[in-house]
Amino acid sequence: MNTKVKLFGHELKNPIIPASGTFGFGYEFAKLYDLNILGSMSLKGTTLEPRYGNPLPRIAECPAGLINAIGLQNPGVDKVLSEEIPKLDKVYSDKVIANVGGHSVSEYVETVAKFNECEKVFAVELNISCPNVKGGGMAFGTDPKIAENLVKEVKKHSLKPIIVKLSPNVTDIAEIAKAVCGGGADGVSLINTLVGMRFDLRTGRPIISVGSGGYSGVGVYPVALRMVYQVYKAVSVPIIGMGGVSSAYDVIEMMYAGATAVMVGSQNLIEPLASKHIAEQLPRVMEELKINRLEDIIGRAHNE
Amino acid sequence: MKEQNLKVVSNKALNDSTYELVLKGGDINMSSGQFVEIKLDNFYLRRPFSVAKIQKSFLTIVYKIVGQGTKEMTKICENDNLSVLTELGNTFDLDKAKKPLLIGGGIGSAPLFQLAIEFNERGIRPTILLGFRNEAEVFYLEKFKKLGDVIVATDDGSFGEMGNTVSILKTKKIDFDCYYACGPMMMLKALAEYNSNGQLSLEARMACGFGACMGCSIMTKNGAKRVCKEGPVFSADEVVF
Ligand SMILES: Cc1cc2nc3c(=O)[nH]c(=O)nc-3n(C[C@H](O)[C@H](O)[C@H](O)COP(=O)(O)OP(=O)(O)OC[C@H]3O[C@@H](n4cnc5c(N)ncnc54)[C@H](O)[C@@H]3O)c2cc1C
Ligand SMILES: Cc1cc2nc3c(=O)[nH]c(=O)nc-3n(C[C@H](O)[C@H](O)[C@H](O)COP(=O)(O)O)c2cc1C
Ligand code: FES
Repeated sequence: MNTKVKLFGHELKNPIIPASGTFGFGYEFAKLYDLNILGSMSLKGTTLEPRYGNPLPRIAECPAGLINAIGLQNPGVDKVLSEEIPKLDKVYSDKVIANVGGHSVSEYVETVAKFNECEKVFAVELNISCPNVKGGGMAFGTDPKIAENLVKEVKKHSLKPIIVKLSPNVTDIAEIAKAVCGGGADGVSLINTLVGMRFDLRTGRPIISVGSGGYSGVGVYPVALRMVYQVYKAVSVPIIGMGGVSSAYDVIEMMYAGATAVMVGSQNLIEPLASKHIAEQLPRVMEELKINRLEDIIGRAHNE
Repeated sequence: MKEQNLKVVSNKALNDSTYELVLKGGDINMSSGQFVEIKLDNFYLRRPFSVAKIQKSFLTIVYKIVGQGTKEMTKICENDNLSVLTELGNTFDLDKAKKPLLIGGGIGSAPLFQLAIEFNERGIRPTILLGFRNEAEVFYLEKFKKLGDVIVATDDGSFGEMGNTVSILKTKKIDFDCYYACGPMMMLKALAEYNSNGQLSLEARMACGFGACMGCSIMTKNGAKRVCKEGPVFSADEVVF
């Protein structure tokens, strides 16, 4: 059973990657299991300066997922490089994906460039789709021209492959995908969270302090699949699929839709061993479905 | 943190709105202040509950019905198996007090029970001040009386003193050096403003409960801290309300 996949020439032992924001900087999970079973991991969204994020409550439950409005809380890129990544390096031997958020082109550029010298990082995921930071984040991901220009500027200063993380909160995600590839993106990842709301039954007020937040979890899975399918038709760069993945079967379907690798997000929060279980389950599911080489199934849903 | 399957020993009503759930499992290594997260059928997120009592492999929580999940919990039956994350969060610091005062507001009294047990194990009999809305909400009174000198207050005066924990603290001369409080945010804030020599057990809406999502992060005088990881117990002088 061959579970290997390649992203930008970097070989992953399997396509299972915990998604940004749902795995911290990884090392907390090392107390629970040996992280080396994972293909890679995407680190918590990182900005130039430290950020506290939004006031509480930041979390609201949904029948098949949750809404979060963390607001990119992180210790800032310098601490991520000097403290968080070295801690992770002790418990995880493969390379990882840095995830970068920002408010302005110059902030994105400067933050991404800081990862140039970091050997632990094999690619940088550009989060242009965070619905939870005002005046930034998603604003870059919903307008094709703005998105293309940002990627162009970032590419000029980055020595690492750039994965652009796409927002599902658009009418035509394929159009944005094409735009960022026009700007030089080496790959795309999708989907980020869908903007959602919940209200308190007693007060009638939004539960989330800032009103709305990003919806994720098993409930978004069919939407994510459809979008990966559409983007695969539109661009030729590798796609990392995510949104509601909770089993190895979901991983296979996501790869049929066109994903080269698959990120597991919210499931890590409710089932801390989720990514491990999915990585362990994958060879068994491949056997069941008579798949010998995982790379062979990428985009199978598009076969005539 | 551990993920464990625990067997339900009992799940019984203590009064109209409060239940006691006793679980039995392999190896439970927890102290007062820490909490567990219970997976419920048909609910996406786990529910956090402080431990009210830990004895060998038995773990007791006391919960109040406040919404859909806790309402469903009342249907849990003996011998059911529950997926529980155990050993979450930090603990109360017992070294801070020679004459401890335990202050519980409503269901916030639950974690103080294990705390009172631990003080007794040290040969210290704490003073315990419990506030409830009314008589119907009172629970564990006889059990608390075995462990300490108990003062009960109700908002409507239907049981014990009339008033709330903060008003009682201000009017009665209670001899203590450090207090340990759990209850509604309003109560904790008023306590911290009145006297900063205490420890507060806080609540927050949580997604993970073990430090991965930043969903529960509060601002303190020493920077951002996660209620589920650096907390839920914080020093009264560090919390920024
Ligand atoms: C560290 C900690 C310890 C706790 N200890 C206890 C205890 O010992 N006994 C007890 O009765 N309660 C305790 N709580 C509160 C308890 O978690 C909530 O009452 C419970 O989650 C409500 O669930 P529900 O489905 O009935 O409410 P709903 O309102 O239907 O729940 C919707 C969502 O909001 C969350 N939520 C609602 N109220 C709270 C709250 N007050 N705190 C945190 N999350 C909330 C739920 O977990 C769920 O995700 C504790 C909370 C925390 C954070
Ligand atoms: C609590 C939380 C925090 C997140 N933080 C980030 C982040 O910092 N950067 C980012 O690109 N995506 C972030 N995301 C989005 C996830 O990486 C993922 O795109 C999304 O949740 C969909 O996948 P899922 O349904 O498997 O969770 C976050 C999601 C959650 C639930
Ligand atoms: S609830 Fe996830 S970090 Fe505290």
